[in-house]
Amino acid sequence: MKFGILVNEGPYTHEASDTAYQFARAALAKGHEIYRVFFYHDGVNNGTRLTVPPQDDRNIVKRWSELAAKHKLDLVVCIAAAQRRGLMDAAEAKRNGKDADNIAPGFRISGLGQLIEAGIQADRLVVFGG
Amino acid sequence: MLHTVNKSPFDHNTFETCLKFARPGSAVLLIEDGVYAAARDTAVSKEVQEALKSVSIYALKPDVEARGMQNRVMNGVRLVDYGGFVDLVVEHNAVQSWL
Amino acid sequence: MAQETQDRVSKKFLYVNRKAPYGTIYALEMLEVVLIGAAFEQDVSLAFVDDGVYQLTKGQDTKGLEMKNFSPTFRALEDYDVTKLYVEKEALQARGLSEADLVVPVEVVSAQRMAEIMEGQDVILSF
Repeated sequence: MKFGILVNEGPYTHEASDTAYQFARAALAKGHEIYRVFFYHDGVNNGTRLTVPPQDDRNIVKRWSELAAKHKLDLVVCIAAAQRRGLMDAAEAKRNGKDADNIAPGFRISGLGQLIEAGIQADRLVVFGG
Repeated sequence: MLHTVNKSPFDHNTFETCLKFARPGSAVLLIEDGVYAAARDTAVSKEVQEALKSVSIYALKPDVEARGMQNRVMNGVRLVDYGGFVDLVVEHNAVQSWL
Repeated sequence: MAQETQDRVSKKFLYVNRKAPYGTIYALEMLEVVLIGAAFEQDVSLAFVDDGVYQLTKGQDTKGLEMKNFSPTFRALEDYDVTKLYVEKEALQARGLSEADLVVPVEVVSAQRMAEIMEGQDVILSF
């Protein structure tokens, strides 16, 4: 089956990103396809490359990037939610006159249409929130 | 329909609301802090036992174990791992996440 | 990944609202999804249960908060062909509200009817 995943909360504060990641990994292990992982609300904060979590705990951002690289996942951060919360790629930073960008490898910024499209194209959409 | 609940029944009304809208024959998967609803001898246990008459209730084992609840899960609630979570999603026509 | 409109399947999308406005961003950002989603010509419904019914109350004046009052957006939904707004009767009553207190026409339904509506959906978005 093709799964769409929606992550509504940021790393660490809520368990949502962890559960979503474990679900995605289990689905892939069973031979399913992840059509897209869409990050909304504070979920966009899963896409910043500037986190430095404690060494003895999981690195949430890094493992999303690694899972994406390994399985060619489409990790999409909502542009409107990202703008509110200061998540930028280089193009967005330039467009908005910001002096830095912070998006992590494997993530891309796009519109809410990508979430709707995932709902349409995937067989199941699963929401993880706070 | 598969319903997921991720909040403790003692902290939010999420579990109560889920049960209100889960139709007979549907499945409820307790995840994250929602697994506390699966514990024996609590203020909501009677409600859960009653719900078991019409819906299937599951709890996500890693979340149960993380919270030290593994010896307290009531009869009738089935434990699943993340693979089981995936299977439940596949098995049902849609998923409703109660947050 | 992109498909032509004529090939696009039509699914039943349900947006479930359980949170009050302003205390958190969920209500506002949910609406933003609904508005963008309207362009995709799917079969869209909105459900308001628990504190979600508070999103629809009349008389919201946010000047003192210096926040945007987004309740007028519910009236604009009609222009986007989003007309199926279901409000749970018990949630209104528990909060001392009636349909007359709401900013937009809705269908007030019992919990049982709401459960039936939910069961028939393909994609359920919770925020």
